Amino acid sequence: MREIPSVTAIRAEGLAFDYGRERGLDGVDLEVAAGERFAILGPNGGGKTTLFRILATLLKPARGRAAIFGHDVATSADAVRRALGVVFQAPAVDRLLTVRENLDLQGALYGVRGAALQREREALLDRFGLADRFRARAGTLSGGLLRRLEIAKALLHRPRLLLLDEPSTGLDPQARADLWQALDDQTRRDGTTVAFTTHLLDEGDRSDRVAILDRGRVVALGTPDALKAEIGRQVLVVAVEAPGDPGLRAEVERLTGHPAREAEGRILLDAPDGARLVPLLSEALGGRIGGISLSRPTLFDVFLRRTGHRFDAAPPQDFRGAGDAA
Amino acid sequence: MSRAAAATLALAGRETRRFFRERSRVTGALLQPVLFWAFFGAGLAPSFHLGGGIAYGAYLLPGIVVLVLLFTAIFSTISVIEDRREGFLQGVMVAPVPRGAIVAGKILGGTILATAQAGLALLLAPLAGVPLSAAAFAAAVAFCFVLGFGLTSLSLAIAWPMRSTQGFHAIMTVFLMPLWLLSGAFFPAEGVPRWLGLLMRADPLAYGVAALRRILMPLPGVPAAADAGATAAAVEIGLTFLFVVAAFCAAVAVTRRRDGALPG
Repeated sequence: MREIPSVTAIRAEGLAFDYGRERGLDGVDLEVAAGERFAILGPNGGGKTTLFRILATLLKPARGRAAIFGHDVATSADAVRRALGVVFQAPAVDRLLTVRENLDLQGALYGVRGAALQREREALLDRFGLADRFRARAGTLSGGLLRRLEIAKALLHRPRLLLLDEPSTGLDPQARADLWQALDDQTRRDGTTVAFTTHLLDEGDRSDRVAILDRGRVVALGTPDALKAEIGRQVLVVAVEAPGDPGLRAEVERLTGHPAREAEGRILLDAPDGARLVPLLSEALGGRIGGISLSRPTLFDVFLRRTGHRFDAAPPQDFRGAGDAA
Repeated sequence: MSRAAAATLALAGRETRRFFRERSRVTGALLQPVLFWAFFGAGLAPSFHLGGGIAYGAYLLPGIVVLVLLFTAIFSTISVIEDRREGFLQGVMVAPVPRGAIVAGKILGGTILATAQAGLALLLAPLAGVPLSAAAFAAAVAFCFVLGFGLTSLSLAIAWPMRSTQGFHAIMTVFLMPLWLLSGAFFPAEGVPRWLGLLMRADPLAYGVAALRRILMPLPGVPAAADAGATAAAVEIGLTFLFVVAAFCAAVAVTRRRDGALPG
């Protein structure tokens, strides 16, 4: 892993936000070092987008503080905005304008003009594979290209921190991979800090560090490897056949000799000797179980261990802003 | 040029570019005033008997021009309702540009479009029997720019905090359209019931319509009437400026609030 420099790009302390009576964020503490690639991972309704909007200076925190490179998001919005490149989940390019016009408009907003504008524009168009669509209306681009234009736009003024909300939503796996490749090339070269929200595990895995958010709280924070190492080397998952088979967990513990936990119709245990246990359990428990699987721990397992519920089954909270309740 | 000014101009340029790329908007903008004036003017002329021998088509013309300003203002600002939550404006709002500059850009763009269309509507004047000198045309266009800026500001101030375009349509029906109906654009205040007369006097748009009518149709007459006319014109133009400044301040104030309570 790369050495993490000591400058702090993002610092959040006790950050909280409510939507009416609903808790959007409930005391979030985290710190992101300059140059890191940082994932904010969580299910819908976990508070990801609320955190994103506070860091992007669009929402004021109800309680707590957040600072970007030392500038408070609530009181020094202008300094924060200079340091930030922001990519929203919903497209923020103007579809009726051409690729070039969109970038030029961004230049006007960020004070990039003349020779500098031309240089940055051309470099970004090349890097993001948009050079031949220079004169095309943004509305005619494919989803993948449109997202690249969004990111190129956000990088035009060479921000110190690139903040993205679910950047790969709606992209197919190939477009996603291409997008991250182009983004990596550009940001690693410039030393840009990248913080992004996602509900995709592999995007969390590919980050330097990840914060897992659930119901407005950070339930896990660290490098993906360190978080998974807490679980053990292998996870054995036993699917319960009949809901409410009360003795099953004790039975599994007795047979395997490992402590087990139960959540959402599944029994989980950290089992370094899992390969030996699979046939043993299937023979002993037969019809009482729906299946057994053995895998390396994932961030899902980390989530399950920390919250007691499954990642995809986390109850979505009732945010009224439909489609961006995350 | 300061960054704020550059941002304002770039955003205003965006508004006008978008307009010309949406063909239906261009066609609608050209046809709308002609149709309104033709239908209302021809339809209502037989029922109206105005003093001074003014034909109804001529009376209605300044009102139609103001209606064009109002409609263009509404159509160019209604997009912010979705745009600021789910689109282009989100990106603009996180840029290091003062809100005032962003708002000014949006309003300036809408005003340019409104003024251009009002200018086209003014070309109906000869058909309405209103002789239009180059000087009167220039003065009317300049005045339309000022009034259009106020109406676009007002419309933006209303649209900004809205959650849905349906909500805006409701406000349009119960507030913006009556603002126009009671402005003297459609019928004069003389002889209306007292309550209606009071409402018409309280309507800030009334002074804009009156001023525009005065620019287009200066009353011929005795020096005393001309003096009184000059005083009235000063009052009308002064009140119109007051309205424009107030509307712009309201628009800036509304957009400065960060969404504390609004989700999303």
